[in-house]
Order: sequence, then C-alpha cells, then structure tokens
Amino acid sequence: MIKNFEYSIEPSRKKFYNWKELWQYRELFYFFTWRDVKVKYKQTVLGVVWVVLQPLLSVLIFTLFFGHALKVPSAGLPYPVFVFSGLLFWTVFSASINAAGNSMISNAPIIKKIYFPRIIIPISSILVSSIDFLISFIAFLLLLLYFQVSIDFVAIVFFWPGAVILMLISTLGMSCWLAALNVKYRDFRFVIPFGLQIGLFITPVIYPISIFQNVWVSRVIAINPLYGAIMLFRAPFGLDINSVELTISTLSGLFFLIWGLYYFRKTEAYFADIA
Amino acid sequence: MKPIIEIQNISKRFLINHQRLPYVTFREKLAGIFQASEKKETFWALHDISFDIIPGEAVGIIGSNGAGKSTLLKILSRITPPTTGKIICRGRMASLLEVGTGFHQELSGRENIFMNGSILGMKKSEISARFDEIVDFSGVEKFLDTPLKYFSSGMQLRLAFAVAAHLDPEILIVDEILAVGDMEFQRKCLRKMADATGQGRTVLFVSHNLPSLKSICKTGALLRDGKLVKTGSIKECIDAYASIHHRHESILDSVHYFQPFIVIKKIIINNTESNSVLVETDDLSISLYVEFKKRIAFELDVHVKKDEQVIVSYSNFVKNDVRIFEPKEYRIDYSIHLPELRSGKYKLDLFFTEPFISWFAVSENTIDMEVVNSHHHTFLNSTSLKWGSVLATGVYETKIVEI
Repeated sequence: MIKNFEYSIEPSRKKFYNWKELWQYRELFYFFTWRDVKVKYKQTVLGVVWVVLQPLLSVLIFTLFFGHALKVPSAGLPYPVFVFSGLLFWTVFSASINAAGNSMISNAPIIKKIYFPRIIIPISSILVSSIDFLISFIAFLLLLLYFQVSIDFVAIVFFWPGAVILMLISTLGMSCWLAALNVKYRDFRFVIPFGLQIGLFITPVIYPISIFQNVWVSRVIAINPLYGAIMLFRAPFGLDINSVELTISTLSGLFFLIWGLYYFRKTEAYFADIA
Repeated sequence: MKPIIEIQNISKRFLINHQRLPYVTFREKLAGIFQASEKKETFWALHDISFDIIPGEAVGIIGSNGAGKSTLLKILSRITPPTTGKIICRGRMASLLEVGTGFHQELSGRENIFMNGSILGMKKSEISARFDEIVDFSGVEKFLDTPLKYFSSGMQLRLAFAVAAHLDPEILIVDEILAVGDMEFQRKCLRKMADATGQGRTVLFVSHNLPSLKSICKTGALLRDGKLVKTGSIKECIDAYASIHHRHESILDSVHYFQPFIVIKKIIINNTESNSVLVETDDLSISLYVEFKKRIAFELDVHVKKDEQVIVSYSNFVKNDVRIFEPKEYRIDYSIHLPELRSGKYKLDLFFTEPFISWFAVSENTIDMEVVNSHHHTFLNSTSLKWGSVLATGVYETKIVEI
C-alpha cells in the first residue's frame, strides 16, 4: 500500500520554493483561475464584453480630456493608440495588484482549512488579469489597423516579448509582496487603491516621458518597472529607447520579483494563523 | 511495520496579542518603534506530543474543547507549522477539516464538485472518473447546473459530503464534521469511512460524538490542555476522558435536601463520583453511603429521562418490602439493568424517599448519563426507520409444526 513516499512536517525553515511541489499542484492554478474568471462575469448582461469595454471607455475618456482638450503630446502617434498602448499594460498591472493584494484575505476560509502552496492564489489572480490582457490586446491590434500605424515588425519580435516579461515579473513580485503584507497589516487594503491611483500618473501612460526636461526626473520615474515595459512596447512604433532608463527599470523589476517572492515565502507559513 | 505517521515532540505556541485582533495595523507597528513593545502572552496549544500511527489504523482523537485537537490536526494537515518537533508522514494525505472547502456560491453544483475536489487534492481526471458516483451519492442530480446559492443548506452539505466521501488518500484526517447534517446522511458517511478503514486506509478522526468514534476507531489518543494524556484502545481513552471530564462537579453538590433525617456521604455511579455517568452495557450500579439520623424507612428511586421531560425508565425498588434503617451509617448497593437504550445523552434523577410518604432529598436534572451502546450501531445504521429512545425487545417464541 505504501509507496516510497515520505515527507516531514517541521517548523518552517526559510527554504526557497519547492518547485516540484508546485508542479504537482499545477491543476490548482487552473482551477483557481477558472473559478475567478467564471465568477467574475456571472449574472452580468454584457459578460465578457466588459473586458473590451473597460479599456476602450478609458481610452475614449483619456483621448477626449488629455488628447483633445489638454493637447498632451503623443510622440507622433495618434493619441488613442498612444494611450491604449500604455493602458494595456497599466490595466493588467493594476488589476493584478488589486486582486492579488486582497486574494489572501478573500481566500482566507480556504487557507485556514486546507494545505496547498499559497503562492497559487496570487498567481491565479494575475492569470485572471492576463486573460483580460489578451482580449484587450486583440482590441489594441484592431485599433492599430484602424489608424494604420506604421510598425517595425522586426522590432516587435525583440521588444514585445521583453515588454510582457518585464511587466509580468514586476507584477508578480509586487503582487506577492502586497498579498503577504495585507495578511499582516490590513492597512494595505486602503493603501493599494490609493497607490495605484497615484501610479497611473507617475507612469508615462497618458503622457510621453519627453515632457520632463530634466534627465534625473526620467531616471527616477524609471524605477517604476512598468515604465520600462511600456517603453519597450512602444518601441516598434518608432519611439526611442533610453538604455539607461531601461536598465534601471529592468533591475528594479528583478528586484521586485526576488523581494516579493522572498517575502511571501518567509511569511506564508503563518498565514493560516493570522489571516 | 513502519508507522505511517510518526509524531515526534510536537509543540505549538501561539502569541496572544492583547489587542483584540490577531493581525496588527501598520500604525501600531509604527507606534511600536517608539515605545517599548507590549508584552505578549504566550500560550502553548500543544505541548510535547509524541505518538505513532500504524498503517490501516483508525485513530480517534478525543479531548474537551481547547485541548488542542484541532491544532494537532492543522499541523498534521500542514496548514500551520509546529513551533518545535517533527512529523514524518509516509503516505498521501487528505484532510477534511471542513466540508465544502472552496465552495463558491455563484458556481453551479457541477463546477463546485470540480473546485472542491481539486482543492481537496483530487486530480481532474480522478474527479471526472468518479463524477457520476459523487452525484449519485449526493442525490442532488437535478440541480447540477443550478448555482450553489439556490441550494438549501442541506443540499450543499450533501454535495460536500459526497465529494469528501470519494477522496482516496492513504491517510484521511477528519475533524468534527459529522456534527451537522441529517442523521440518515451522517450514517451513510460514517459507513463510507468505516468501509475505508476496512481497506487499509489510515483515518484520524476527531469528534465529540463518542459512540461514533467507538464504532469507527480501534485506537485513541486523549488530549488535555495541550498534552497527550493517554494513547491506547479507544475504549480506554473514552473511559479516561469520561473520568477527567467534569471531575470537579460531584453528584453530592447537586443533592437538594428537604428533610434533615438523612445525610448522604458519597454516591458512586458506575465507578464515578462525578455528575457525568457513562453507561455501556445497559447496567447501572449505584453505591450510596448514607447516614440516618433516626430510625426510618428509606428507599432510592431512580428515573432515567430523555430530553429533561420524557421518563424512559424508573426503578421499582419501592415495590420491595419497606426497609427500616437504624440511625447509623450504611453503604447500600443498587444494581439496575436498564432497558436497551439507544446511544445518546440522558439525565439521571435520584429521589431519596421515605416510601409512600415524602422525599428526604432529590437530585434532579443534574446528572448527565451518556449511553454508548456500540452493539446497536451496525443495526441502527442499516435502516432508515425512526427509532425511539428505548428498544423494548419483546419475548418471541416460534413453534414449527410439520403438516
């Protein structure tokens, strides 16, 4: 009956993630994501249409207020394309952080009753937002066709995967860190939405970085890894890449990834006691 | 045979935060930087627990509230780590600390089966393979595509139990979950779990329901105030539990006197002086130590009641010849053979009487009597009939004539 299968339960040590175990639990990633996607649009009339409608309405409003009324420059691109390219990344980032930040609290009843690697929960929240990202990405491609924007296709192959990876690692790091913090300090329930509101304005989403004359201001803003991601994403449209700022963003993204995963791992053993 | 679970010196400490909440707010943390930190009280929920569990064994973990049963199960199911000590497990484990973990009100019955099953550790393919069986067991096939929020609580519970009953781990950990739900369905689940132990599965079972523990488990572990008091056969553990339970409340305290002619020194009912009596074979023995202040007629009347109202048995001592006692101290032993009572909780009332005249003293509604009739169990489980408290067996005779 008993196979050669043995494990021990001990006081938590600060070992890093057990990848083998995560792989064994891979179906749970799927089920958590699937549940959240299903639940999200239950009892809505428009359903999945909301996924496209939300960013499109934001693009419309930003175009009206910032593009037309305030005449914010858009680096030679049509303003809707410019703002959508930024919002695409900003939306997945902020939605992930919002969902993942509260995910440990909203799943507390499960955490207290059953064991599985806790990191599945914030990652699933990110996967849910990533599905929305893919759908609005298609809408973005349609917008590109509509405005007939000239694109450097070779650059896409280099820059877009890089942009997505940088966005994902920084989202993952931030989400795990905030999810763990939120279990212990419930203040982050209030801090996160406020921080995200400010974040939209200190990330060059609705304006180009060129509006800042001082090179040091740009470099400080580059600490936000999302800036690097958006910069890479806009590169095929003929926008410049500043290598110093990109390096800052990448390093910062890596730092968030490592710190977030480390902090989550360090605290996860006690989630069930304090959640 | 190697034990399937080795529990070695497990302790668990909790910090009691004297703020009301277990979590802290950032402001308090910031404030804490500038002031001496508040003294936190530590509390050992478990203290140095060690025992082994043999494969195929069904172990009942008993103890009163706060004894550390749930903490032990949480550590075993890896929800919370121990503070010190080590546990070695040699088998795939599933824990049911709750039924319906991960149920979502917006999802349909079908979707919830998959969600719950997967959280409990089943593979998607396993759930699909057993899907029909689970649905059959739950009896809610008509509502499979209805959101869970439109299910009655009973239906939700049946669905949850159905998924749980189809888990197939080597070690199953079950917390007090059978305390809810309708009786008939509870029995169905108990049976399913008992079947499982027959197949060599190891089950750890926590419950306050002593009769069901007794019918499922062979061995037991008794916890008290975070310490392991006893391991051994389930019967020994239940006996030990009964004797430490309510130790402080003696029957004597509950006696209410009406007349000063007798003084009751000591009452022992089924080997206990406490007001919590365990009855196992329909036998009740009462030893009464009593001093009479004058020459007097005396008799003890015993009533057994269900639900504080319904008398299911009474003694017939009064029918005997009236006995006269001298002003001395006596020990009087009574032995009572009760009718076959169904397992459960009863009240035992004692009336100290001068026959046909009046009461000297009374102990009413204070003695708890727990009846554990394990030999009834399979019998009661196997049918859907309604049973009363007393199973009055008549005398049946058969005469066969060949014609």
